[in-house]
Amino acid sequence: MDPISFLTEPLAYAFIQRGMLALVVVGGISAVVGCFVVVRGLSFFGDALAHAILPGVAISYTASGGYVAGNLFIGGLGGGIVAALVIAWLTRKAEVKEDSAIAIVFATFFALGIAIISTQSSYAVDLSHILFGSINGISQNELLTVAGMGAVVLAIIALLYKEFQIISFDMSLAHSLRLPVEFLRVLLLLLIAVTIVASLQAVGIALMLALLTTPAATARLLVKRLHHMIVIASLLGIISGVVGFYASYYLDIPSGACIVLTMSVIFGVVFFLQSSWNRFSARE
Amino acid sequence: MAALAMRDKSRNASSDLPALNVDRVSAGYPGNWQALDKISFSVNKGERVAVIGPNGAGKSTLFKAIVGVMQISRGRITIFGEDTHSSHTNVGYVPQQSAVDWAFPASVFDVVMMGRNRHIGWFRWPGKRDRAIVRDVLARLSLSDLADRQISELSGGQRQRVFIARAMAQDTRLMVLDEPFSGVDQTAEQEIIESLDILTQHGITLLLSTHHIDNAALRFDKILILRQRLLAYGPPDAALTAPNLRDAFGWVLPIMPHSDGLLMFSVDYDGAEAVNGSN
Repeated sequence: MDPISFLTEPLAYAFIQRGMLALVVVGGISAVVGCFVVVRGLSFFGDALAHAILPGVAISYTASGGYVAGNLFIGGLGGGIVAALVIAWLTRKAEVKEDSAIAIVFATFFALGIAIISTQSSYAVDLSHILFGSINGISQNELLTVAGMGAVVLAIIALLYKEFQIISFDMSLAHSLRLPVEFLRVLLLLLIAVTIVASLQAVGIALMLALLTTPAATARLLVKRLHHMIVIASLLGIISGVVGFYASYYLDIPSGACIVLTMSVIFGVVFFLQSSWNRFSARE
Repeated sequence: MAALAMRDKSRNASSDLPALNVDRVSAGYPGNWQALDKISFSVNKGERVAVIGPNGAGKSTLFKAIVGVMQISRGRITIFGEDTHSSHTNVGYVPQQSAVDWAFPASVFDVVMMGRNRHIGWFRWPGKRDRAIVRDVLARLSLSDLADRQISELSGGQRQRVFIARAMAQDTRLMVLDEPFSGVDQTAEQEIIESLDILTQHGITLLLSTHHIDNAALRFDKILILRQRLLAYGPPDAALTAPNLRDAFGWVLPIMPHSDGLLMFSVDYDGAEAVNGSN
C-alpha cells in the first residue's frame, strides 16, 4: 500500500472521519486543561473525577432504556459537576485531608454508577464501552457537542489564563490581589469535569487520566513557561489523536488504548532523550 | 522609565494617612487560635519597620492578616485608610521562600508580570505598557539578565529580589516581606538590602520580619517585637532593651555598645536559639 492511500483509506467513510476528528479535538483540549492538572498536582483529582461521572452516565443510560448515545453527555456533565462540587466543598478547609476526600467521593460515586448500570440486562458490553471508550459510530451531533464543549473550555481558559496561572502558582498573591480565589478554583475544577465528559466517548473513563497528564507532563520536560507548555501539550495531544486513530484502524485496537499508548511512547522518548542529554551536558 | 515616573508622581499625591494601621487585631488558625492577641500599631508612609520575635511568635500570621491571605478574628487593619476587607490591592507580599513552588513553569518575567494582574484587568492579556513596566522594574533591581531564566534556576537572593520586583510591578505602596534574609548568603543579603533601599527611594513603606537583629537595628527606622502580643514598638535604641528582649526570647542577648550609638548583637538568633535549647 502506498503512503497516500495508507492515510486516506480510513477516511473514505464519514463516520470514520468523525471518529478521527473527535480524537484530535479531545486530545488537544484535554492536553490544554491537563497543563493546569499537572502544575497544580491534580492528577489524582482528575482520575477520581473521571470515575465519579459514572452515576450520571448510568442514569442517562438507564433512563434511555439501556442505550449508549449522546444523552450520556448530559448525565455525564451532571455527574461531573456534582462530583467536582462535592470534592471542592469537602476540601475547602483542611478538615478532611484532600486525597482522602477525593478517594471517598471517587469510590462512592463509581460504586453507585456500577450499581445503577447493573440494573440493565446488556450492562457488561455497555459498561466496557463507557470504561474504555468507543469512537466507532460517533454521530454528527455528538461530534458537535464534543467540539462545542471544547470551545467553551478553551475560551474560558484564554479569558482567565493569567488568573488561573496565579492561583496555580501562588495563592498568597491571589489573595493579596483580592482575586475571587474560591470561584476561580471551583471554575477550574469544573473545566476539568467538562473536558472529561467531552472525552468520555472517545477514550472512556479508565484512560481519561492519561489524556490529562501525559501530554502536559511531556511538555513540561521540554519547556519552562506555562503558556509554552500549553501550546506544546496541545500539539502533542493532537498528534497523539491522529496517530492513535490510524493505529486503532489498522491494528483493530480500541481508540482509547491507541491514543494513550501513543502519548506514553512520546513521553518515554522525550524523557529518555532528555535524561541522556542532561547526563551528556553534565559531563561537558 | 516614563511609565514608572508617572506612577511615582501619583504616589506623591497620597494623603497623610498612615501607610498601615493595625487596631486591636486578634487572629489565629486551627491549632493556635491566639497566634495574635490584640495587636495595635501604626506605620507612617515611607518608614522601614522590622518585626522580630521567636519562632511561633505570630510574625507570619500578622503578615498574612495584613495582606489578606488570612482572616482576622477581631480588630481592624487599614492600609492608607482603606479597610483590608475592601478591594484595595496596594499591598505587596513577599512570602517565605518555602511557601513557593519553585518548580512551577514560569520565567522571571512571567512572575513579575503576575504583579500586573489587576492593572491589566479582567479577560485581557498583558499589553505593551505592562511589558515595558515589567522590564523597567527588572532593570531597576538589576534583574534584566535573568528575565528569561526559569525560577527554579535562581539563587536564594535572586528569588527574593524577583518577588520584590513582582510587588513593585504591582504598583504597591506598602510591601510586606516574610523573612527575606533566611537561607541566603552574605552576598545575597547585601543584594536584598540594596533592593530594599531602592524600594525606600520609591517611597514604598516596608514591613519585614527577620532573625537578624543586628541588621534590623542598623537598617530600619523602627523595631516591632512580637510574641503573640506586641512587646515593644519604636526606634531601635528604644525598643531593643534587655528587658524587652528577655520577654520576647526568654534569654538575654549579649549586647555591645556600637560606635554609632546603636546596639549590636554578636550572636544572631539562630545561634542563640541553639544555646537556649541546650539549657
